[in-house]
Amino acid sequence: MESTVLKVEDFSAYFGDNQILKNINLETGSNLVTALMGPSGCGKTTLIRCVNRMHELIPGTKVTGKIYLKDDDIYAMQPIVLRRKIGMVFQKPNPFPMMSIYDNVIAGYKLNGIRLKKDEFDNIVERSLKGSALWDEVKDSLYRKGTFLSGGQQQRLCIARALAMNPEILLLDEPTSALDPKSTSAIEELIVELKKTVTMLLVTHNIAQAARVSDFTAFIYLGELIEFGPTEKMFTVPKDKRTEEYLTGKFG
Amino acid sequence: MKDNTTARMIKDKAFRVIVIFLACFSMLPLLLILYYITRNGIAVINWEFLTQLPRPIGETGGGIFNAVIGTGMLIVLSSILSIPFGITAGIYLSEKSEGKIANIVRLCVVVLQGTPSIVIGIVAYIWVVAPFHSFSALSGGVALSIMMLPVIIKATEETLKLMPYHLKEASLALGVPYYKTILKVILPTGLSGILTGILLSVARITGETAPLLFTAFGNQFMNWNLFKPIDSLPYRIFYYAMSPYPEWHTFAWGASFILVVLVLAFNLIARGVAVKWKVQF
Amino acid sequence: MLEEKMIALRKELIEYATHVEGMIDKSIGGLVRKESYTLEEVIEKDEPKANEAEIAIEELCTTMIAQYEPKAKDLRTILMVMKMNNDLERAGDHAVNIAECGLYIIERPELKPLLDIPRMAKEAVGMLKDSIEAFIKEDALLAAMVCERDNIVDNLGQQILRELITFMGADPATIERSMRLLNIARNLERIGDLSTNISEDVIFMVEGRVIKHHKDQEGG
Repeated sequence: MESTVLKVEDFSAYFGDNQILKNINLETGSNLVTALMGPSGCGKTTLIRCVNRMHELIPGTKVTGKIYLKDDDIYAMQPIVLRRKIGMVFQKPNPFPMMSIYDNVIAGYKLNGIRLKKDEFDNIVERSLKGSALWDEVKDSLYRKGTFLSGGQQQRLCIARALAMNPEILLLDEPTSALDPKSTSAIEELIVELKKTVTMLLVTHNIAQAARVSDFTAFIYLGELIEFGPTEKMFTVPKDKRTEEYLTGKFG
Repeated sequence: MKDNTTARMIKDKAFRVIVIFLACFSMLPLLLILYYITRNGIAVINWEFLTQLPRPIGETGGGIFNAVIGTGMLIVLSSILSIPFGITAGIYLSEKSEGKIANIVRLCVVVLQGTPSIVIGIVAYIWVVAPFHSFSALSGGVALSIMMLPVIIKATEETLKLMPYHLKEASLALGVPYYKTILKVILPTGLSGILTGILLSVARITGETAPLLFTAFGNQFMNWNLFKPIDSLPYRIFYYAMSPYPEWHTFAWGASFILVVLVLAFNLIARGVAVKWKVQF
Repeated sequence: MLEEKMIALRKELIEYATHVEGMIDKSIGGLVRKESYTLEEVIEKDEPKANEAEIAIEELCTTMIAQYEPKAKDLRTILMVMKMNNDLERAGDHAVNIAECGLYIIERPELKPLLDIPRMAKEAVGMLKDSIEAFIKEDALLAAMVCERDNIVDNLGQQILRELITFMGADPATIERSMRLLNIARNLERIGDLSTNISEDVIFMVEGRVIKHHKDQEGG
């Protein structure tokens, strides 16, 4: 891959005695969307949470192997420093309810005590909201609290909040599972548009979504990486029989 | 079959009527109290009553100004002492659902809540009054703050426990350290619940008398010094009610009226905060 | 996402069609002007390029179906593009056949001035061009008119056959050349048929109506 943003090497994860991930190896390239797909409980959510070390919040987790974010070993950094370089969007939209839309977008700066001039913040807010296709809808109500926004708009606000920090990679953990079909397709189009500027890792249980938006797909089953390759090829000529069975709905 | 249905419908109706009747009946004591206090106390209320100091025995007139100010000062003092400890303990308990220390703290909160107020007053006497050799507003504040603690701790713990996990996740994923997440995100979001707890605990201690007997003690005169005795509404009511003078009895009713209005106000504000500022998830 | 890919797919098919039209024009032109290098170019350079294009379009259609689960008109378009792709490939093969026959003929004395073959070619290529035009404009009416013109090409073919039979009857030495010319006429006839197929596909794509095998005429 010409410009690797994320490299996962012989990576395994454990919850207590349970081995959730078994020796995962994959890479994601710059300005590409890599999808992690697989049936429930296969470990894809665990994997994406290992990338920004959010899985460590649960007691009793252990990992072996390495993950590199642009040549930096993520386990050699402070988690806080790592997480500022990585943006994450969750399944349920979670804007901060006590903050205005404006403050939500720059929450990453404000909560971390990073001080900038007002017009610098203004620029960041406008750029991020434009990047998440929300600017036109909220530019006149930036100082209102975001509670009046619909689910899809709230999710775009969360994306703007992540983009504001200029992350090296954007992690999306089933970002459309809690949304209606119209909002889902709006977010999918946004993802395809964002590819031009951001590298993304997407977890989805929706096979069709992985097919539509991703450039590379990883099929994970029972903690193992069964197959990884260009989406086009995987959906037309999967190499592994299990991938074929999953895609044709035999299980999962 | 038809008979059965009619009988059941009658029983259903009867049950409903009985429940409503008993519910209304249980409000009776409160309504009677409010009625009596208002009837007897409202006549006394006037500007002089509220702004003047008590006159010595024998003189007519005077007011409860020092008692009102004293109650205010005690509220402020006990709040300053109890809120920081209460909120931090509440935060600790909401984070640690299990663990030896957490369980001990929880047990202490429960016990404290059930401790008689007069016992707390005596403890405050030993801690503050004895070493300083003087009754004081400070000791009253200490006693009342101990009484406020359990309510604040419980309210904080319950409110924070209700905060959804994804709120914390959002903050942590931005690289915000854990303690900052609690202070800058979780606490502000749960402010409504915590504030309600504080207001309810204030409403409770506003009318506490027994602990003040050993600590703040009461004062004929206006006192702004924390290390000297201070008057308070409950104390003044007690003092006037126990006296042999009819005029002072009416004053006691008047002061009771003020006290009830104050407690009611705190309760209603707490309710308003709980409803209006609540963050829905 | 799908929209962009659809636009790209149409563009590729149109380019392929233009290439094949060029192959037919060149093979007839090379025959008429007796240019063997033109005919060799059709066989050696144009044909491999046509094959590559056909494979690329087929792969594109396959992945689009796999990735985007197209429905309604999008689905009909992609399926019809695959069929047109096939037909264009065969048209390309016919152009190569014409070129190969042409190489044989131009090295030998002329039987008669070539008039009918170019006329037939013009008609057949015209049908192909119009059927592709109908695809570009999504014009079912234009496509229907192309189907009607198949008779003209067939009649011209019959005419050429009768003329060549008389030649062959008169002089056995002309048989080889006549057979080759006949072959060219057959290939042109097939190109006319393929253009009809393409037009039928366009009508299905645009209107969802099946007019193949004269289904419409039977009222079915």
